[in-house]
Amino acid sequence: MSDAHGRGEDEWAGLMARAQEGDAAAYRHLLAAIAPYLRRLAGRYHRVPQDVEDSVQDILLTVHAIRHTYDPKRPFKPWLVAIGRRRIFDRLRGQGRIRARETFLSPEHETFAAPEANLYEAEPDAAALREAVARLPEAQRRAVTMLKIEEKSLKEVSAATGMSIVALKVSTHRAVKTLRKLLDRKGKKI
Amino acid sequence: MITTPQLIASLAADAKPVRRLRPPLARAGLWLGAFVAIVAAVTWATGSWPLMIERLKLTRFAVEMTATLLTGIAAVVAAFYLSLPDRSRFWMLLPLPPLVLWLASSGYGCYENWITEGPQGWRLGRSSDCFIFILTMSIPVGVALYLALRRALPLDPLRVMAVGGLGVAALAATALQFYHPFDVTIIDLAVHVTAVLIVIGCVTLGGRWDLARLR
Repeated sequence: MSDAHGRGEDEWAGLMARAQEGDAAAYRHLLAAIAPYLRRLAGRYHRVPQDVEDSVQDILLTVHAIRHTYDPKRPFKPWLVAIGRRRIFDRLRGQGRIRARETFLSPEHETFAAPEANLYEAEPDAAALREAVARLPEAQRRAVTMLKIEEKSLKEVSAATGMSIVALKVSTHRAVKTLRKLLDRKGKKI
Repeated sequence: MITTPQLIASLAADAKPVRRLRPPLARAGLWLGAFVAIVAAVTWATGSWPLMIERLKLTRFAVEMTATLLTGIAAVVAAFYLSLPDRSRFWMLLPLPPLVLWLASSGYGCYENWITEGPQGWRLGRSSDCFIFILTMSIPVGVALYLALRRALPLDPLRVMAVGGLGVAALAATALQFYHPFDVTIIDLAVHVTAVLIVIGCVTLGGRWDLARLR
């Protein structure tokens, strides 16, 4: 076992020496060979597979950036492991910092402190609205019913009622204002 | 999101030949050699060499001078070793023994000064000059050391630059000995230590910032 490891390491050292001289094939071979080893190393520290893969990529990028610091007379693995550990710890530290300052949102957090913002549970009171609309003056009731409830266009309503578009807009505006007042008063009574 | 095999392919495609770094001791030796040559040339030009030889006959001064120089050399050598990923962290302890000796001999100098001169030993000597000398000299030396260390793109720039900063400050303090008056008061020592700490801080932060930018 240790013999096989020793042979692997010698091979890696040789490949790196050739990579330093610009041998792209040797370099690709080396990176492909060390990737599973780095994955095992990162797997000891990270639980999420995505973190493991991100760490492996960080390490490969660093190996590439500082490959000129490897001395082929020295063993390869300690050099690689030192870079690997450093990058893994950097990622863990970064995650720790994020955890210390940030809180992940759960559905309960997706709301606001003010009670008005949390009224999604209250059912709209359709009966109260119908009753309020019925109490509006004729022109306003017709405008709001056709435009807002039946969702017809201004042109269609204008053609059907004979009212001008400006008059329709004014009626709708007044109707909404009155409705707001009526419903608000009702709300206060409750 | 790039996959690992894609990353490997793109890195391999970028496999240009690189120049291997020389062994750290050789790099440190070259750097220190250049430093000594420049300081020797300046000392020769300003004519402070004979005065220096005279001063070195005093044991305490010789010990302090040697300890300061050794601190500088040891810290620079340690910084070159620490800049490589596979070298032991214990290299950072290398400058510790001469540093202790340097502080102890300076401290003893202050004590002697205080005994002979009494309260006069507490006065502010030519500290402000020394302070400015250490700071100004540290700028070019610090930049030169930083540029040499940066080639290795250290993984732990904070540690490397802190030790390197100590080296720079100690070397500047060694060069200061050529121009410093004999008596060192406790205030002078405090001023020296403050200047050394400022240099370490600046070199560390500057180096860390620049290396973080490179990544």
